[in-house]
Amino acid sequence: MMDNLIRFVLVTMLSLAFLTGCQKENANEILIGQFGSLTGNEATFGISTDKGIQLAIEEINKVGGIKGKILKVITLDDQGKAEEAAQVVTRLITQNKVVALLGEVASSRSLAAAPIAQQNQIPMITPSSTNPKVTEIGDYIFRVCFIDPFQGTVMAKFAIENLAAKKIAVLRDVKSDYSVGLANFFTETLVKMGGEIVADVSYQGGDVDFKAQLTEIKGKNPDAIFVPGYYTEVGLIARQARQLDITVPLLGGDGWDSSKLSEIGQDSINGSYFSNHYTNESQEPMVQDFINKFKAKFNETPDGLAAMGYDAAKVLIAAMQNAANLTPKSIRDEIAKTKDFQMVTGKISLDEQRNAVKSAVVVKVDGPNFKYVTTVNP
Amino acid sequence: MIKRPLLTFLALLVVGLAFEFSVNAYIQLTIIYVCVNMILAMSLNLVSGYTGQFSLGHAGFMAIGAYVSAFLAFHFTIFPESLNFLNFIIFGLIAGMVSGFAGWLVGTPSLRLKGDYLAIVTLGFGEIIRVVLLNLETVGGARGYYGIPGFVNYTFAGITLSRFVSGFGVSAFWLVITFFLIYRLVYSSHGRVLISVKEDEVASEAMGINVTRMKVWAFVISSFLAGIAGSLFAHYTNYLNPSTFSFNQSVNVVIMVVLGGMGSLTGSIVAAIIVTLLPELLRPLQEITGVDLRMVIYSFSLILLMILKPNGLFGQGLGHGKKSKAA
Amino acid sequence: MQELLQHIINGIGLGSIYALIALGYTMVYGVLNLINFAHSDVYMMGAFAAYYTQRFLNLKPGLMSFLIIILAAMMFCSILALTIERFAYRPLRKAPKLNILITAIGVSLFLEFSGQLIFGADPKLFPSVIEDVGLFSIIGVRFRTIDLAILAVGFLSMIVLRYIIVYTKTGRAMRAVSENTKVAGLMGIPVNRIIAITFVIGSSLAGIGSVLVGLKYPKIEPLMGMLIGLKAFVAAVLGGIGSIPGAVLGGIIMGLSEEMVVGYLSSTYRDALSFGILIIILVVRPAGLLGKSSVDKV
Repeated sequence: MMDNLIRFVLVTMLSLAFLTGCQKENANEILIGQFGSLTGNEATFGISTDKGIQLAIEEINKVGGIKGKILKVITLDDQGKAEEAAQVVTRLITQNKVVALLGEVASSRSLAAAPIAQQNQIPMITPSSTNPKVTEIGDYIFRVCFIDPFQGTVMAKFAIENLAAKKIAVLRDVKSDYSVGLANFFTETLVKMGGEIVADVSYQGGDVDFKAQLTEIKGKNPDAIFVPGYYTEVGLIARQARQLDITVPLLGGDGWDSSKLSEIGQDSINGSYFSNHYTNESQEPMVQDFINKFKAKFNETPDGLAAMGYDAAKVLIAAMQNAANLTPKSIRDEIAKTKDFQMVTGKISLDEQRNAVKSAVVVKVDGPNFKYVTTVNP
Repeated sequence: MIKRPLLTFLALLVVGLAFEFSVNAYIQLTIIYVCVNMILAMSLNLVSGYTGQFSLGHAGFMAIGAYVSAFLAFHFTIFPESLNFLNFIIFGLIAGMVSGFAGWLVGTPSLRLKGDYLAIVTLGFGEIIRVVLLNLETVGGARGYYGIPGFVNYTFAGITLSRFVSGFGVSAFWLVITFFLIYRLVYSSHGRVLISVKEDEVASEAMGINVTRMKVWAFVISSFLAGIAGSLFAHYTNYLNPSTFSFNQSVNVVIMVVLGGMGSLTGSIVAAIIVTLLPELLRPLQEITGVDLRMVIYSFSLILLMILKPNGLFGQGLGHGKKSKAA
Repeated sequence: MQELLQHIINGIGLGSIYALIALGYTMVYGVLNLINFAHSDVYMMGAFAAYYTQRFLNLKPGLMSFLIIILAAMMFCSILALTIERFAYRPLRKAPKLNILITAIGVSLFLEFSGQLIFGADPKLFPSVIEDVGLFSIIGVRFRTIDLAILAVGFLSMIVLRYIIVYTKTGRAMRAVSENTKVAGLMGIPVNRIIAITFVIGSSLAGIGSVLVGLKYPKIEPLMGMLIGLKAFVAAVLGGIGSIPGAVLGGIIMGLSEEMVVGYLSSTYRDALSFGILIIILVVRPAGLLGKSSVDKV
């Protein structure tokens, strides 16, 4: 009896999958695929990005969509695993037949997915994969964020020129390609400019105790500590640093941008600096508009990843509007032409290597506000 | 058929050709994942199901195989592009041997420990491998090892056979080897020794069996096959990342073995299909509801299956005196 | 010298947290021979129970609030663990060991993923119900309220636990069940009830642990149990699984060795080195530091 029941359930599910595979196409819809980490260790990043994308798509659909068609985003979860990213991207392309792809946050998963998009000639825009290798995969792969070398340079210059900090300790997240990449380029520039790395220690994303690393850093007396990680850990790092009487400022990258940073770090994180795409204090109407709409829809302050997701979707939408027809090829060509396009995270142009060229700002953490300090142009 | 490896292999090739013309690349990729998982599950079954040892580090051996094979493919070519799948068979073999050697290194000191201590040592070993890979810049570190040479498309007389065909061919080749290696082993006199070790270690020892040596051998073969599974995975996905080979991946293989039934090869095969397909089949649900219930349902059905079928789908129970059935 | 002392203090602080969670693993293993993978997620749920209690009752910082949320976490963890034991483990009492293990993994995944659905995946700030200030310092090393609170509460609960197990009737019954379940049943010990009590005690400790960790590292999220659970479990094995003083010792050693590896060897290879140390200890002492090696009956 039990066996029959189990068999029945399995057969039902198989046929369910088969049926959805044969979904008939709706002529009034344009299908876009999104893949991201909606569950698993890095779920919070994927969910933020997804919210930004949802907002952008909702906006365009409210004004009638593109060429009389409604945009529909199919979002699939990769659980933060590279092999699943490859699988869902194949699914989006061959089964759902999407015309364009949005994703992933992490460069590692974008690297797993990009060759598949390239092979099938489907344009893919990644909102926040900063590793230079991602867009080197092929001419169908784009990004709307900075690349690591630029951001690393920005913070190294800032440390030496604005803070007069020469002795710097690096605390990197070895589990994250973003953190490792940024730390490497930062180190390179800093040493070239006459600075000195007095300690280079690491942790793994998901850790909660950083006292051992910080105690070691403290012994080296740095002028500042570079922590190119995500806000999920940085808040705790700041707290524990202050508990150990380390008073020098922390420096970081765009991975810090979230209201959770100061919520968890509280007073400890105030007075630290990070490089970002924009500041939430900016009076630019587009920025304020985005923040208000986001708050209205999701009842929370958008973080950096949400803004990047929103912008990636915006670039794609603009390209679709300009494209002669909605084939992947012509959408790709229009994305490649993106120039001086005003977005929430700044004005961008895509260069020959399909990387975004845009300026970075350095902001100072002051409670929930990120105060503008300086702008660095590429 | 069960006694004829070559026939089975040819039959599988025909099935592969049928898949080539009937399903899309997504389903083909899923089929390759199923094959990889089948090899993993069967190989772990040799250790867990037949010798009764509990290992939590299978992902570590898979990782060694995957990275070694990928590294070889980057630096050596033996056959030209048109026959490159032969390269992958050879690299797979070498990768498997390296994994097997690692298995010997891990197994020799730890297999004299009993029960759960082996689990911890293998768990620790898996973590060590992952941390080392995470920090090895030559194989990409945290960014991942990308652009690994892989299977290619073939065109004969105007008909293009996609990379799936050669990929599936090589998978089928290793699948058949895995199955028959374990099957023949278990039904040889060595196999009976293995089963006697599981049933009663003390009694086997008293019968003059070198228990530790038998366990180490089973463990080495098992790691060898896990390494081959890793090699297949590397060349089909063309991308490797240390996070793939986490503790969870090891646990996944254990789930397949227990779900299928300890000591049942058929069970491992069926369970590998279920464990790989179930989360994929639940995807449409996510598209419909908008909430990701996939893993919640998956874990819930896992609990239910364990309670309803405590011996696994094809398990024979672990009572003494009962003959363990392999297929 | 100052740095070494600081490392030792950090290590003991971290280690006592591993120890509290390791106790839950070791106790359940003692009576059921089961590695209860769901324990780390029960611990996670405890942290969230405390978080929501504080929010709904709008508790102000103070000792009273601290006690209330600890109690809430303990109660919630106990009820959750009882439910899991009753519906997921008890039906499998006679099944092979590995099956219960898979069920435990299933429960663990279920709690993690439903946690992500219910609470959301983003990290939450744990309320600081105790002011965390430096109390006194010895040669430049500051001792803080929360570290001392962790040590105090940790040692207090271990003493209570020791008392229960050694001197009470229930404790004696627990030891009997752990020695031999079948015979204990024949001697008139209500085995199922004793197992349930074991789960309650183990998960209450996880509840206490979750509040203490929440205070020390005020960031909670649905997957917070994964890493710390794995480490605590390893600590339990290191000390000799099934042995209560062993779990405490194992936890402290684990915390200290991680700290020292980062401080003096390499932070990059921290996990690899601390697992390496573990493997070496186990090869030399297969039953763990304080575990007794069992002799197989023929």
